[in-house]
Parts: sequence; C-alpha cells; structure tokens
Amino acid sequence: MEKIELTVNQKKVSLDIDPNTPLLWVLREHLDLQGTKFGCGIAQCGACTVWLNGEPIRSCVMPVSSVKGSKITTIEGLDEQAKHPVQVAWDELDVPQCGYCQAGQIMTAAALLKNNPKPSDQQIVDGMSGNICRCGTYHRINKAVKRASEIAQNTSKKK
Amino acid sequence: MMKTSRRAFIQNTAFITSVFSLGFDWFGAKASPMELANTLVDADRFNSFLSINSAGKIILYSPNPEIGQGIKTAFPIVVAEELDVNWKDVEVVQSNLDTVNFERQLTGGSGALKHSWDRLRKAGATARQMFVQAAAQQWNVDATLCSTKSGFVIGPNKGQKVAYASLVEAAKKLPIPKEVAYKNRKDYQIIGSFVKGVDNKNVLTGKPIFGIDYKKDGMVFAQIVRPASFGSTLKHFNADSVLKMPGIIEVVSFKNKVAIVGKSTWEIMQARKRLICEYDFPVTKESNQTHQQWFDEGMKSDKATVQRKDGDVNAAFAKASKIVEATYECPFLPHSPMEPMNFFADVREREAFLAGPTQVPQSAQKAVAALVGLPESAIQVELTKMGGGFGRRLSNDFALEAAELSKMIKKPVKVIWTREDDLTGGTYRPAAKYHFKAALDEKGNVTAYYLRGVGLNAGNSVRQDNFPVGAIENVLIESVNQISAITTGPWRAPITNFLAYAEQAFLDEVAEKSGKDPIQMRLDWLDRAKTNPVGKLTYEPDRFIAVIKEAAEKAQWKKKAGVKQGFSVYFSHFSYVAQIAEAKIKDGNPQVTHITAVTDCGEVINKSGATNQIYGAIVDGYGHAMFGNLEFVEGAPLQKNFNDYRLIRNNEIPSIDAYFIDNGISPTGLGEPALPPTGGAVANAMFAATGKRWYKQPFA
Repeated sequence: MEKIELTVNQKKVSLDIDPNTPLLWVLREHLDLQGTKFGCGIAQCGACTVWLNGEPIRSCVMPVSSVKGSKITTIEGLDEQAKHPVQVAWDELDVPQCGYCQAGQIMTAAALLKNNPKPSDQQIVDGMSGNICRCGTYHRINKAVKRASEIAQNTSKKK
Repeated sequence: MMKTSRRAFIQNTAFITSVFSLGFDWFGAKASPMELANTLVDADRFNSFLSINSAGKIILYSPNPEIGQGIKTAFPIVVAEELDVNWKDVEVVQSNLDTVNFERQLTGGSGALKHSWDRLRKAGATARQMFVQAAAQQWNVDATLCSTKSGFVIGPNKGQKVAYASLVEAAKKLPIPKEVAYKNRKDYQIIGSFVKGVDNKNVLTGKPIFGIDYKKDGMVFAQIVRPASFGSTLKHFNADSVLKMPGIIEVVSFKNKVAIVGKSTWEIMQARKRLICEYDFPVTKESNQTHQQWFDEGMKSDKATVQRKDGDVNAAFAKASKIVEATYECPFLPHSPMEPMNFFADVREREAFLAGPTQVPQSAQKAVAALVGLPESAIQVELTKMGGGFGRRLSNDFALEAAELSKMIKKPVKVIWTREDDLTGGTYRPAAKYHFKAALDEKGNVTAYYLRGVGLNAGNSVRQDNFPVGAIENVLIESVNQISAITTGPWRAPITNFLAYAEQAFLDEVAEKSGKDPIQMRLDWLDRAKTNPVGKLTYEPDRFIAVIKEAAEKAQWKKKAGVKQGFSVYFSHFSYVAQIAEAKIKDGNPQVTHITAVTDCGEVINKSGATNQIYGAIVDGYGHAMFGNLEFVEGAPLQKNFNDYRLIRNNEIPSIDAYFIDNGISPTGLGEPALPPTGGAVANAMFAATGKRWYKQPFA
C-alpha cells in the first residue's frame, strides 16, 4: 500500500492503494468514475482511454504509481452537459449503438482534434483505429470526428 | 376480463390503486393477456406502455432489453406517433422484468418490432382516442370532428384547443374504446425520421448505465476460474496462497469452477494467478485436426437427417450434363461483445435480486428460481443496458453463476469475466462445413440442388427452406450434427451468419459455370418460385425481386467501368437484404472497397437506428468473414484476447450505402438480417477481382 495523490477531472484525490493497481480500476472502483470501461485489460481495444496530462493513454495497463501527481481527464470530465464539440457531433450523427466503447472513442477523438484541429479523412481513420467498436459504428465515428472539427472551428470563429 | 379491468379503471383515482391496462382484450388473437390488475403502480399510468400526468409529463416505458439494436428508442417512437405528441416532450424509461405488464421482454431473433408493432400502435392510439373523447364531451361536440396535434386536441369551433395534460382526469374515467383508428402513414411525424438514441447523453457523459457499472451496498466482487480445456473436470484445487493475498475474502468451488471473492477487481485478478487447479481431461482433447476428422466423418455418414426433399435428386444428377460442387467451412467464433460478461446477484432466504446485462431476463428469473429454490415471483430482475451481446447474453450462464455464488457466500456479489474468460469461455458460434452440389442440364439450367451441412454442436446446421429451394425441381437438404465438448450457442443470425455466405458463394459459382449472370439467374428462379413453386415456399418472391432489382440499380450492377462486383441476397428474420460488394486489387491482394445494401424490413421506424443497424451488421459480417478465427489445441482456444483474436478495426472497413424499400408493410427484423448476405457478396466480389474462390473463413 502506498499513498498516491493525483488530480482527476480537476479534483485533487488522495489514495491509499497498491501502487501497481491500474488507473482503470482506480477510476472505476476507488473513485466511482465508471464511464471509463474495461474491455480487454491489455491495451488492445481502447475502451479504457483517458487523458494523462492531456494525452490519451490506456488506463487498463497504467499503474497508478506511474501517474502520481498527474492530471487525469476521464469522459466524466470532458463536459458534463455533453457540450464538447466531440460529444455534440456524436449526438448529432447518432453514433452509438450499444455505447460501451464510446467513452474511449470520444476521448481518443477529442485528443486527436486537440493536436490536429483539422484532420484529413486519412488522419481520422489512422487516429481512430486503435479503438475497437464491436457494433461497427466506425463510419459514423469518422463522420462525427469531421463534424466535431467543424463545430470547434465555428465556435472559435464566433469568439 | 373487461369487467375486472373496468372496475380497476374506476378505482384508479384511489391513492393506492389498481390500474387498468390497455394491453389486453382489444389486442385480439395476436396477443396473449397482458393484464395489469391489483398491482401497486404509478397512478398516472394509462397502460403498460405509457403514463401521462396532469402536469403534462409523458413517460413511455420500453420493456425490451437494450443491447445496441436501438429498441429503447424505436418502441416509444411508435407509441408517441400514435399518441400524437412531440418526440421532445417524451421521456423514455427502461422497464425492469415485468411479466404482468409485458410479453416477450427479450432481445433475440430480431423479433421485437414484428411482435409489438400492433401493441405499440394500439397503446398510443387508444390513449389518443380517449383524449379526443374527453375533449369532445367538454365541448359538447362530435368526437369525429376533433383532431389531435402535438399533444393537443383540436375541436371544430374556433379556439377549441386543449392539451392532453388537462384532459388526463376526464380521459381516465372513460370506457376503453374497443376499436381505434391508426394514423395514415403519410401523416407520420416521427416514424421513419432520423431519431437520435434516447440514451445518447448518458453514453456521451459516461453515466454508469451498463451491467458492469452496477453497484449495491455491501456488494463484493468475484471472478470465476473455469476449466481451461473444454470437457475437463476439476479434480482438485489449492487456494492457500490465493487467500493470503490482499483484498481476498474467500474462495469457493461449485460445478467444476472456482470462485474467488474479493474487495476489488484488480486484487482478484492478482490473486487468481496463484490458484492451483488440477483437472481430469477427457479422452479426446479437441483440436482443429479433431474437428476436421469429425467434419469428414459427418460428410461420409449414412445417418444424415433429411431436412427437405423435393423430387428426385439422384435421378437428376444421373442425367446431368454438368455437376458443380463446392465445400465451405467456418470455425467456432466467440461473440466478444465489448462489455465482458458480468452479473449481479443478491440471493437471500426468501427473495433474490438480480441485475445485469441479459438478453432474456425472464429466462434468468426462471433458471435462478429453479437453481436457488425460490418461487419466480420472489426474484426481481433489473435490466441494465448491455454493451453488445450478439447472442452471447441469450445464455444465462453468467447470471446463474452469480446467483449460485451469492447463495453460497450469503452476500450480494458482482461476477465479472475478464476478456480471456470471455474468449475462452464457450457458447461459441458452432463450427460447420457445407457440401453443395448442383446438376446442370445441357442449357445450363439447374435441375437439382443438394446440400449437406455438418455442424459441431450446431443442431440443424442447414435452413432447408432457403432460396433457391422452391425454385428448383429436385432438392435434397440434409444435416449431420457432431457432438463436441466445446459449448455453442446462438450467434447473431444463428447458423445463417455462415450458411448464407456458403449458399450465396455457391450460387455465384453455379452462375459462372452455367454461363449466366448471377442476378438474372436468381431473378429467373424467383419468377419460377412465384408462378410455379416447388413444394413449400417460406419467402415472398416479389419482395426478394424488389430488393434485388433495387440493389442492381443503386450499385449500377456491371455498369461501372473497372469495378469488380459480387452479389448476394438473403431472406432472414422476415426481412430481405440484397448486397453488392465492390473489390479492387491493391498490392496484389483483393480489397473490398464498397458495399451497397438494399433492405426490405417493412416500415422503417427510426431512419437513424435502422441505418446504424445495417452499417453495423455489414461491418460485423465483413469483419468476421475476413478475420474471425478461433483455433483449438488440446481442447482450449489458442486465441485468448484481442492481441491474437482479430476484430475488424476502423481502417479496415469498406464504405457502405444503405437503402430501404418503402412499402409500408408491418415492420420485420433488422438487428440480424443485413449480416448473413455480407460474406457472400464479399467472396463473390473478390472472385470477380481475382478469379479465385474463397471456401473457408476467415478469408484473410
């Protein structure tokens, strides 16, 4: 057991925990943030994607000790009212089927747009191919990333 | 029946009330009773499917488990349409298992809308008519002169407009109309439009809505270690060092399994590595080689079950001027929904509470009742959203495990499977092999059609009434079932998820060998089936013809320069889907670039949801045809997680165009029917591009 502090969705948290515990299980079972999903446990499917200091990572293989003092953002921290351009686009194009992988898809997409606000179609496909959607919503995912990029640009123009 | 409900209806104003249900006698022969009597329910409830209170709040109850097929959005659309209210004014609530109010509360067989279409329309239309009647009485006008719009009744005289909300009390006192009129489909406002999923906001903000997110005070976690090899039995286990690990509460064993109970998932995952199990193995440790041997034996067996026989195939083959033969084979496949299996159970002395993702909650209730020795009425089942299922959650093994464990440890427990547990845990799509033979006469016409299916734990591995049966003079369809220790179950479009590919690929080869166009050959046969069918016909040739012609037109069949196309068409779950795949050669390999799909599923309820289902089913069918492979060594699957079990990814999909036939026929299945034709269209397009045939899945 070890005392570990980190910031999750802009809130400081302190844990007394086995330092090897993956961040995924810390979020789900210790911090009651269950939006981040368990899919494979070996960083293959992307359902557990969260941001570590703004960059997407696979929380299922990330020991909590290695994110000490870092800033974590989960789906719950993106925008509670679903107003983030990616969430807006996801709703507008009605992307989800079962919805289970979507938190990971959205966190991946939002990070992609942060680093590349106007991605090409190929860049979208490349950026999203680490996340599995068993329902096969890939076509709408790709359209929604494009749409989110437009929404974000329109918003920033208005400002 | 009517009397009881009428009385119950009048009592509806009481504080604790018996509420009538609009859901029974007027459903006629199509429905079994859905009586809602003497139950303590919300007084605003008009019937099983809807409640409206005097503040104008409209709640529509969706009974069927939501697995991603969009039923939680589609059902209320139908009720809201006939009730004639604005979709944005409606709140949708998922019902838990409620055998009093609802029938067929399950997800399977793509049958929900086909079953409930009339019930849903009636639920909405009846309440609407009662509001009209109540308003007409207030205004003292003839009800037939009143109309409705967006939750208001509009009268014949100027200024006569009243909200349903202000009519609730009056409407509830009226007799339930026996006959109600439905909207004309040209007046539909919601049905057929693009309606977004009612759960979207919860999904997009990460709300804990799935079974795996379920929590209850005092709940412990558990994982279950099952035999690694199919057919082996647990001889002995040693959990001494497991119990010394942090967070572990206890270790118990039942039915060949060892359950590790603990305070957190991660701690259990760590501890389970230290569990020592010894197994007794069966005589045969099954491998792919074993399965090949069983296929061969099945193909040679003289004990096949004849599933259909028309005319005399032997005579026709003896006279044939040419015989076309082909054999197709597919492996066992796991369902691998993104949400791993899990279930919550709290089994107590006199009652039990279950919660989690199951496609068949009532079966879970029944099975758990029998298992733990409680009456069904003492078992509540809460429905959670399911992170996919594809048939896997039709087997309630995970619910039974949770219940049995909860009873043993006397605690509320959530059992979670790891991905490895899921991929190696069975109830797979059965492996199967098919042998086809067609006899051609000198003009290239097919005079006989023969199929033998050999399945491993597949039951009947053929569908004997499938097209082109009904259009061919001499037919013999037979099946052989070989018993394996590997457990199988329904997998999205059971049997047909592979059989359709085999059939449609074979027909393509028959067309090629007889010098005919694959589409024209099918159209000619359908004409024959229509005018002079051979034996029993289970499909409607005209609907088949319509999707085929539309697909040929939309995809410009054989009219696109430089594009190689493959055709496939399939009837399943009462729906018809034609697909044309396009392929090109890239780096020396065939690559499928595009698929056009035309679907006749009758009335499309939600354009968004329906299109999403077509896209998803095609990606599913294509992905598994290309990559799905589970191999066996010593009775255990070789692939154990997504690093070696390949699921299709975003960069591997073809583009898709989805079209629907607009014919206004009552809705039929949609969750499954677009999957079966995909493999055939893909294999046939790859043949068109390469001249090579694909006989075995996976293709890649």
